[in-house]
Amino acid sequence: MSITAKTLDENEYFYGHKACAGCGGSLAVRIALKVLGERTVAVLPAGCMSAVGFNFPQLCFSNNAIISTFAGTASMLTGIEAGLRAQGITDFQAVGFAGDGGTADIGLQALSGAIDRNDDILYICYDNEAYMNTGIQKSSLTPFGARTTTTPAGKNIRGNLRPKKNMFEIVAAHDIPYAATANVGFLQDFMRKVEKASKIKGTKFIHIIAPCPTGWGIPSDETVEIAKEIVNCGLWVLAEYENGEYKLNYRPKNFSNPADYLKKQSRFRHLTDEDIQTIITSRDIKWGYIDKNYKFNQEEKL
Amino acid sequence: MRKFLSGNEAFAEGIRLARVQVISAYPITPQTIVVERLSEMVEDKSLNSQFIHVESEHSALSCAIGASAVGARAFTATSSQGLLYMAECLVYASGGRFPIVMMNANRSTALPWNIYGDQRDSLSLLDCGWIQAYAENAQEALDLALMSYYISEHKDVSTPFMANLDGFVLTHTYEVVDVPTAEQADELLPKFETENKLDFSNPKNLAFSAGPEYNALFKYKEHLGMLAAVDVIKEAELKFKKIFGREYTGLVENYKTDDAEYILITLGSIAGLVRETVDKLRENGDKVGLLRLRYIRPFPNDEIAKALNNAKAAAVLEKDISFGNEGTVYTNVNSALKKAGLTLPVSDYIGGLGGQDIAQTEIERIFSEMKVETQKTEFIGTGGEGI
Amino acid sequence: MKPYLREKVPKTLSEIPEYTVFEAGYLVSKNAGWRNVRPTVDKAKCVGCLKCYLCCPDGVIAKQDGKIAIDYDFCKGCGICAKTCKLGAIEMEAEI
Repeated sequence: MSITAKTLDENEYFYGHKACAGCGGSLAVRIALKVLGERTVAVLPAGCMSAVGFNFPQLCFSNNAIISTFAGTASMLTGIEAGLRAQGITDFQAVGFAGDGGTADIGLQALSGAIDRNDDILYICYDNEAYMNTGIQKSSLTPFGARTTTTPAGKNIRGNLRPKKNMFEIVAAHDIPYAATANVGFLQDFMRKVEKASKIKGTKFIHIIAPCPTGWGIPSDETVEIAKEIVNCGLWVLAEYENGEYKLNYRPKNFSNPADYLKKQSRFRHLTDEDIQTIITSRDIKWGYIDKNYKFNQEEKL
Repeated sequence: MRKFLSGNEAFAEGIRLARVQVISAYPITPQTIVVERLSEMVEDKSLNSQFIHVESEHSALSCAIGASAVGARAFTATSSQGLLYMAECLVYASGGRFPIVMMNANRSTALPWNIYGDQRDSLSLLDCGWIQAYAENAQEALDLALMSYYISEHKDVSTPFMANLDGFVLTHTYEVVDVPTAEQADELLPKFETENKLDFSNPKNLAFSAGPEYNALFKYKEHLGMLAAVDVIKEAELKFKKIFGREYTGLVENYKTDDAEYILITLGSIAGLVRETVDKLRENGDKVGLLRLRYIRPFPNDEIAKALNNAKAAAVLEKDISFGNEGTVYTNVNSALKKAGLTLPVSDYIGGLGGQDIAQTEIERIFSEMKVETQKTEFIGTGGEGI
Repeated sequence: MKPYLREKVPKTLSEIPEYTVFEAGYLVSKNAGWRNVRPTVDKAKCVGCLKCYLCCPDGVIAKQDGKIAIDYDFCKGCGICAKTCKLGAIEMEAEI
């Protein structure tokens, strides 16, 4: 029986922070820390969560927490884990929370190194699909079509031209002990994955979609609902990688229309019907691949 | 125990004796042998340490910072482009006051590519907040490795320590080195204790942001920490002498400067040749001396002024250039003299770039040119042209 | 256990720490001023399902007597709780 809202640690480890109202990233950090508990060392690179949580003397983590360099989430986690082990301390969790840019762009090399060494750490990427802390610039996890301040939607170019990098499979290709995707609209599933990861030795990676009201152009109360929609319309997949196998956690019976999901957000409002068709086509190709390569047990509920 | 060791190997012996708990490093010529030796020591269990095979220099230092942030004694080593690649982490380590020790094998920086020794790598990073020491020989390298942790970890200092060894000339040259016993090393070096760490019994938030109203206060404390090293270096050397019998002389080493009219200021392994030249010229009755800068951060302002107080002229021989100006050591030396009200002529000789050989005749020439008592900056080997 | 408001705000050279290390969870300012709407809980409708507790990005909803309580010092008024509550037990009301 995995953790539920009723059995979840009542302590709050991330509190009083200055994240925007309705911030999906802060929700992911908060929930993960409640699952991991007080003997957790959190590493946060330069980015939204460190900017909003660590402005002396307003320090918003009640557990041990430290800011790393932007590129150094994984390498600092490695040092923390090794430093504690060198002192004979082993009953702790070392967790990193990096954004999409901090993970898929500037921090990818260090993450790859940590997985290669199989360091006993948990790396959580809270993905809000752009460099939000600096004011919404494209990262390699920004999806096709999204308008950011560096992929403007104008007459000649309609937002970001490249698809989202597949971090989950990039990480899995390292033969990591455990990798998962998650979504703040499915917190029960996220909690189960964090708990599972905390019990596995070696490197663990969880990639969680965390909507950003500011960057996505949605009302602050929509964060959780829109996160559900991205899964229900098939543009995000809930899955795990373990023991060399991919496993699908959830398959919507009928996908909802991605246009409804996209049009709710100002970052996609400029998309033409043709753009949306491009997105639907690539989604269908991806699901064809997933249905072929990921195991799925209909009986297992989220 | 006396062993025949290269500079790299001697430093590795010092790191072993310092009981370093976490080693993270990435190979680069001419540093590589240090980490190879350390990995062998971990393998044969003569060193009980976590050896982390990082994928870059940036990660090497980032990992060391993580280890230090939980109270573990950490070490890394690098050189040249590697040092520059980790530059972001250098200021992170010093700003966070993490007492990490790093050995840097001084090597030229690209372009043009060159693997040989000069000091532009470390001297270009003088302002990154690390203590910077320069060893002359393998024995001093080993001794610095031991003393570096004493100095760096002192609570008033809590500042990272960069020990510089000239690439190849020192890192790869073999000498007979006295390797102390573990008991002797333990007597000098206490277990690493710090308040600057994450702590499960009293949780901490570390390496935070501090806005305009606080930033200068933290930076001032960082500056004070570096300045505190001046006394702690002396304290470490006194203890060191009691235990090991070898004597070191703080931020500088004066060689026959007491009555010297002409003094050559330099740093690193070239000092050996300068010392020989001083002896040779003294035989002819020339009153010459050597001032070797053992540390350049903290900077020996007072020691330089004192050594040059009665000199007629001086020169700086350095393996770096701050393009568009002059050698950085020269700039710093002039500042020390100006503050002390000394007006003797001092020239700047830029030499040894990219491993350029500096012959004894060149050093003799520098001493003879001092007698002219004019001031110039010269790139050695470019036909004697000044700039 | 959670970060909480402190009276002492370190200001001077001697009050700030020697290094960039300080007590975890040290708060000196509230977030209440960010809010233009506030969630109000209808205790009669609340069944204590804790959906809102789970979804709050700021963690300001706590369990209380089988139902919930909101810490208005740190609630930013995002409205996720009200949207999540399928029983209509949370209303967003304008701050005056």
